[in-house]
Amino acid sequence: MSIIKKIEAAQVAKLKGDKKIPAFKSGDTVKVHVKIKDGDKFRIQVFEGVVIARDGGEGNNASFTVRRESYGVGVERKFPLYSPAIEKIEKVRTGKVRRAKLFFLRGLSGKKARIVEDLSANAAEKKDNK
Amino acid sequence: MKRSGLITTKIGMTRLYDDGGVAHPVTVLSVGDCTVIGNRTQEKNGYVANILGMREAKAKHVAKPQAVAAEKAGVKPYRKVVEFRVSDDCVIPAGTALSASHFVAGQFVDVQATSKGKGFQGAMKRHNFGGKEASHGVLKAHRSIGGTGMREWPGRVLKGKKMAGQMGNETVTVQNLKVFGTDEAENLIFVEGAVPGANGTFVLVVDAVKKEQKDLPVPTKAAAAAVESGTEQVTEATETETVAE
Repeated sequence: MSIIKKIEAAQVAKLKGDKKIPAFKSGDTVKVHVKIKDGDKFRIQVFEGVVIARDGGEGNNASFTVRRESYGVGVERKFPLYSPAIEKIEKVRTGKVRRAKLFFLRGLSGKKARIVEDLSANAAEKKDNK
Repeated sequence: MKRSGLITTKIGMTRLYDDGGVAHPVTVLSVGDCTVIGNRTQEKNGYVANILGMREAKAKHVAKPQAVAAEKAGVKPYRKVVEFRVSDDCVIPAGTALSASHFVAGQFVDVQATSKGKGFQGAMKRHNFGGKEASHGVLKAHRSIGGTGMREWPGRVLKGKKMAGQMGNETVTVQNLKVFGTDEAENLIFVEGAVPGANGTFVLVVDAVKKEQKDLPVPTKAAAAAVESGTEQVTEATETETVAE
């Protein structure tokens, strides 16, 4: 293994710790609990939206982009998947989409920007959990 | 106080998170087998310096003068040999293996390496010239440099005029890079920001000359350990070499 890969693997293991990161993909709706520094204290802010892209592969550089509409304005945030600033990622809903990058959502709003829920996937997941 | 530098090789770049959760772009430098192979002294040479070697060389890759010099000094021949001028209190005895612990997290360093060669390049790429317009009557000269001088006086192009030519493959020094941390087990230094040159290039790392710095290990952390254990280390190293042969 190259030295860089070794460093990155160690870094991912360290950052991940016992944090559980759910499997999610483009089209899914997630809640990202972000640690925000407020003076000396940290507080948690939840950013909920649709995952429109996953980038950077599997390792240290993996990231994902979440889009939501807030007061009629589209807001996108890109997070490193293993960022220490992320307290927790929750998967809320599985979306049924045909492509990996949902950048077309940027041109749509309201009813047009809806994503069909993948009920079969949800049912399968619930079964797994039981 | 002027400490010795280190010879390292550039491994590549990655991103590391600090305790606050902020990602930093870092360049990984490997200290490898960087070793002190000799000294220059005031009495004999008129100046004080440590001679460092890195990357052990096979006999066939070493020229005879260097091979003889290494044998006389009782050290192995190395591919890369560099002198670092130091102050009297920073002389490190020959045979000392240097490690990444020579530098400490948070300090600043200057790095020097040979940049990536770009070949013969035009003035637009090499010196950020503007070139000429895309239209308005410009003919086949869109990337040309334009005028190079004045009128009848001085009647010549001034020396040092920026023109097309070889770009890159030159020695570049980058000052004041912060040391993010060190990995003593793997003998690596993590330096924040970019370092000139391709991966695998030899990179010289010295304490930043334009920053005042405190609490650095003098002359080096490894040297202090070597002094305690005496010269055993050196003889051991030479023994293993003969066994290998």
